[in-house]
Amino acid sequence: MTATADQSAEYELRPPAAAARPAPGPAADEGLARRLKALACTAPLHDLDARKVNLAGEYGSYTMAEIGLAVIDLVTLNMDFDTGADRDIVLGRLQPRIAAQNPTRSTAEHERVGRWVLESLINVGSVDRGFRAVYGTFGPDGAYVRRDYDFKLVEEVPGPDGGVYLRTTDEAVNVLVGALDTDVTSAQIAAEVKLEVLIRRGRLADAQLAAEQARYRTVQYAETLRRALEATRRNVRAVDWMETVPDLIDEALDHIADRYRHENAILTNIRKARDESIEPEHKRRAAELVDIVKDCIRRHTQLQTRLLEAGPLFRAEQDRQAFAAPSARSGIDLYGHLLAPLLELPVEQAVRPTDAFFARGTGLRTPVSVRVADLVDLLLTPPVEREHLGAELPEPDLVATPDDSRFSEAQLEAALDLLDLPADAPRRLSGLLADARRQDPDLPYLVALLAVHAASPPVGTAYRQGEERLLFAVDDGTHLDDPEFGGADLVVGSALLDAAGMAADRKEAG
Amino acid sequence: MTINHDAAWAPEAEPVQAPLTPADVADAARLVSFGLQAKLLPARDAEYAELVRRHREDPPFARLADAVATGMGLVVLEVSPRAGMAVAAAEDSVFAVRMGDYSRRAASESTDRFLHGLAHLAVAALAFPRPEDLADDGYLGRVTVNGVDAFVRQACRRLEERAEAQGAVTDPASDAPGLEAAWRVWARRSSTGATKDARRLAGSTTGIVSKAVLFLVDSGFLQKTSDDAGGTFRTTARYQLQVRDLAGSAAMAELTDLGVVPVTDGTATLMPADDSDELVADAGLPFHSL
Repeated sequence: MTATADQSAEYELRPPAAAARPAPGPAADEGLARRLKALACTAPLHDLDARKVNLAGEYGSYTMAEIGLAVIDLVTLNMDFDTGADRDIVLGRLQPRIAAQNPTRSTAEHERVGRWVLESLINVGSVDRGFRAVYGTFGPDGAYVRRDYDFKLVEEVPGPDGGVYLRTTDEAVNVLVGALDTDVTSAQIAAEVKLEVLIRRGRLADAQLAAEQARYRTVQYAETLRRALEATRRNVRAVDWMETVPDLIDEALDHIADRYRHENAILTNIRKARDESIEPEHKRRAAELVDIVKDCIRRHTQLQTRLLEAGPLFRAEQDRQAFAAPSARSGIDLYGHLLAPLLELPVEQAVRPTDAFFARGTGLRTPVSVRVADLVDLLLTPPVEREHLGAELPEPDLVATPDDSRFSEAQLEAALDLLDLPADAPRRLSGLLADARRQDPDLPYLVALLAVHAASPPVGTAYRQGEERLLFAVDDGTHLDDPEFGGADLVVGSALLDAAGMAADRKEAG
Repeated sequence: MTINHDAAWAPEAEPVQAPLTPADVADAARLVSFGLQAKLLPARDAEYAELVRRHREDPPFARLADAVATGMGLVVLEVSPRAGMAVAAAEDSVFAVRMGDYSRRAASESTDRFLHGLAHLAVAALAFPRPEDLADDGYLGRVTVNGVDAFVRQACRRLEERAEAQGAVTDPASDAPGLEAAWRVWARRSSTGATKDARRLAGSTTGIVSKAVLFLVDSGFLQKTSDDAGGTFRTTARYQLQVRDLAGSAAMAELTDLGVVPVTDGTATLMPADDSDELVADAGLPFHSL
C-alpha cells in the first residue's frame, strides 16, 4: 500500500525525460564522491601488478594483487587490540603463498617480493606514507572543486617498545571485504546470516568465506573502540562521552551477546558437520572453519573485555586529567605563561626570554673542523643559499649513453614520407619495400616495422586525440615475395577519420 | 630484619663490579656520539639500540656515558628507546647554537633577533598548545609554517584591539625604538613577500618561521610531513624533552627576572575558537587566545 503510494508520488515528481540527468548538486554528488573514494582504495592493489614490470628481474609470474590482499589479510588478523602486527611475522606467514606461486625461484626472491609488496602498500617512497586520489565535487554554489582524498592501506605505528608495527586502516578493511561504504553493524549481521544459511546447506567453502568476513568486521569494531579509548587517554574532552561512546559501547555489547550466541550455535553445527562428514575435503574445510569461528569468539571475548573496561577507564582518565594537580613538569603553559605576557613587553625586554628560549630550544650542532687542504677549496666555493628551496636533490650520476638507435632521424622521415599515402590509393608492402630499398638499404626494415605496427591501428585513441588520418595495414592472404622479409604482403593505406563528427557525437553523449 | 634483607639481596643488587676497561669508555663515547646525531633513532640502528639498553641496565656504564657527555659540554635529558640518548648543548659548549651563526642579520639587528627567538617560541607553543601536551610523553604535536605565523598574528591583533579599547597609544617614540611593544614588531613585519627567484622572503615572518622549523628539522626536533600550509611538521620526542626540561624553564626564569609573573590556574589558555570568530585562511589552527 505504502509502496504504491510512494511510487505514484515519485512518478508525479519525476521531471520530463529530456531533463532526466543527475542534477549537479551536493546531494547527488555525495554518493558519487563516496564511490570514487572507495574505488581509489583499490588502486594501489591494481598498481602492484602494473608496476611489477618495472622491477629489475623477471617478476611477471607473480600475482602481486593476490599477495597484496594476503598482506592486508595477515596484518588485519595479526594486529592486536593494543599494538599492531609484527612485520616479520606477517612477512613470514606470507612466504608459503609467494613460494606456491613460483616454487622454482629462490627463497631470497620470495622474500624480496613479499617485502616489495608490503612496502608498496605502505607506500614507503612517499613522504607521508599514504596514497592520494583526486576527485571532483560540485560545491553548494555549483562550482566544480577538485579535492584530494588521502588514504592509507597499511600504516606503521610506534609500539610501546619503540618498535614499528603495522596496522591496516579502515579503508584497507573495506577494500578487503569488498563491502565498500557499508555500515559495520549491518555488514556483520549480513555476514552471519549468510554463514548460518550456508552451513545449513552444507556449503562449507562459502561458509568459510563468510566466517572470515565476519572476523574482519569484528576487528574493525575493535579498532573503532580502540581509537576512541586512545583519544580518551590523551584528552577526555576530545571524545564525546555523553552520547557517542556510550552508544557505541551499548551497541557493541549487544552485538557481542548476539554474536556470541550465534557463533556458539554455528560452532556446534560445524563440529557436527566435521565429525559426521566422510569426505576428507569436506572434513578439512569444516576443521578450518572451526578454527576461524573459535578465533571469532576469542576476538569477541577480547572486545568485550575492553568494552567492560572502557567505562572505568573513562572515569579514571577523567579523574587523572581533571583532578590531578598540575605536575611540576607540566607547569609551563607555553602560551599563557610565556608567549602572551612576552608580547606585551617592550621589545628590548622581550628579547631576553626569547634569547633564552632560542639558546636552549634549538638543539645542538656539531662543529665542523676542516683540514687546511680542504680549507682552500671551501673558501673558494661560492656560498649556496638554498635553504628555502627544500631538500637538496642529489646530483644524478649521468652517464652518456651511446646513440644506439637503429635508424636515424632522417631515415624515419624518409620512411614516413613513403608511408604518407593518399587516402584513396593504398599500396602493397612489397612495392613500398622496393621503393625504400632504392633510397637506402636500411630503410626497408623501418618501413616493414611501421607497416606491421599499423596492422592493428589504435583507432579509438586516434579518435580521442582528434587525429584526422590513420595508417592501417590489412593482410589479404597474399604472400610477400621479398629477398629480406617473409610473411604476408600487407595492403597499407591511410584512413581518414571524421574527428570533428566524433567530437560532436561525444559532446552530445556527454 | 634490615640486615637480613641486605645480606640476602646485596650480592644481586650490586654485583661485583668489573673494573671499567678502555673498551667500556669507547662504548660510552660511542653512545654519546650517537646522541649527537639527533636524527638517528635506536629503532633504526641495532648498535645504538644495544648501547641504549646497556645504559638502562648497567648503572656503572650509564654513569660513565653521562660523565663523557658532561665532559663534552652536553646535558643528558633522557636515554630511552624512543628518544635515544637525548642530549642538549650546555651553555658555552662547542655544540651550542649561537644567534650569530643562525642568522647574520639577527646578530646586528635587535628586532630581527627578537623575531627569530619569538618564532622558535611560537613553534613550541603551537606544537604543545596545552600544558598537558608538554607533559604527555605520547603526545605528537603538529605545526604548519602558515599556522604559526597566523597564530602569532592573531595574538598580536588581540593585543592591538585591547590597546585600542583602552585608548592607549602604541606607536613608539622615535628616539626609543626599544620601547616598542613586542607584538607590534611581529605585526608590522610583512607576512610574506615576492622574491625574484620564487623563494620565500627570508625577512618575512613566514620566512622566519620557515627558517626556524627547518632548523628544528635539522636538529631532529621536527619531521616534515607535507608541504601543505607552507610546510607541515610533527614533533619528535626530543623536541618535547628539550622544550619541557630546558627551554621553557630558561625563558620563564628570564621572564620572572624581568618582574613579570604570569598567573594562570593551570588550565590551558588556548581555547578552541568559537564559530563566530573568523579564522585566518590557511592557518590550520582552531585556536584563539583568551
